[in-house]
Amino acid sequence: MDVTPAHLDATFAALADPTRRAILARLALGEVSVMELAEPFAMSQPAISKHLKVLERAGLVSRGRDAQRRPVRAQAAPLAQATDWLERYRQALESNYQRLDALLEELKTGKHKPAKRKDQRK
Amino acid sequence: MSARQLQVTTPTDREIVMTRQFDAPRQLVFDAHTKPELVKRWLLGPPGWTMPLCEIDLRVGGKYRYEWHHPEKRGFGTGGVYREIAAPQRIVHTELMDGAPAEALITFVLSEQDGKTTLTQTMLLASRELRDMVIKTGMAKGVEASYANLDQVLAAA
Repeated sequence: MDVTPAHLDATFAALADPTRRAILARLALGEVSVMELAEPFAMSQPAISKHLKVLERAGLVSRGRDAQRRPVRAQAAPLAQATDWLERYRQALESNYQRLDALLEELKTGKHKPAKRKDQRK
Repeated sequence: MSARQLQVTTPTDREIVMTRQFDAPRQLVFDAHTKPELVKRWLLGPPGWTMPLCEIDLRVGGKYRYEWHHPEKRGFGTGGVYREIAAPQRIVHTELMDGAPAEALITFVLSEQDGKTTLTQTMLLASRELRDMVIKTGMAKGVEASYANLDQVLAAA
């Protein structure tokens, strides 16, 4: 799946707020109405709605069609894309560090023979 | 996944933090990051890339410049200026990757315990957009070609 920088911007921005992360954590348990969602947060419904709009724009949540309740539910795909990116970046860099591991082994057994010697300066 | 493997986190909108442990004393890890003849041996990215240029003037106000070449792909480079140096535990330097709109501030910290060294590298970027771009660029430069051999490396690890 193609992930545009704009998508990721929206996802990371949405996740940068603790209330919005808490909302997502709550939604992981199942869909709820805005009223139910607002209860544990000691926040007004409009304040929660504002957070929901940010999450909705990022595609992290969707709203049901039921006109009365408009239940809120989590959408996993954008979150998976964001973490997937980090994971791939990590793997790309990790290949460098595995080469560095080999080099350090060589340095330890080679010219820097007394590997036990420590530089204790902090 | 071994505990030694690289961890990447984004604790704030403008930061990327990388942590990695090495089974070597701090001085060696420091040398491997600051002596050009050693840096050139591992900071290569995916197979096929070489590092023909690695210049390091390790003093406050000194510059560094890295360049990577590939027989079929467009080359890539990065460089910056050292702001703080406390060998062998801490370096703060700027980094401006070729083509990037703004520079980043890198804080490189090594701590040693029981002969093992933990590297924590914090990259502070000018904006969230830039941070996300760095993640994407790092991926684009590193990932496609590295996947095939990375699997082998990981399988052998």
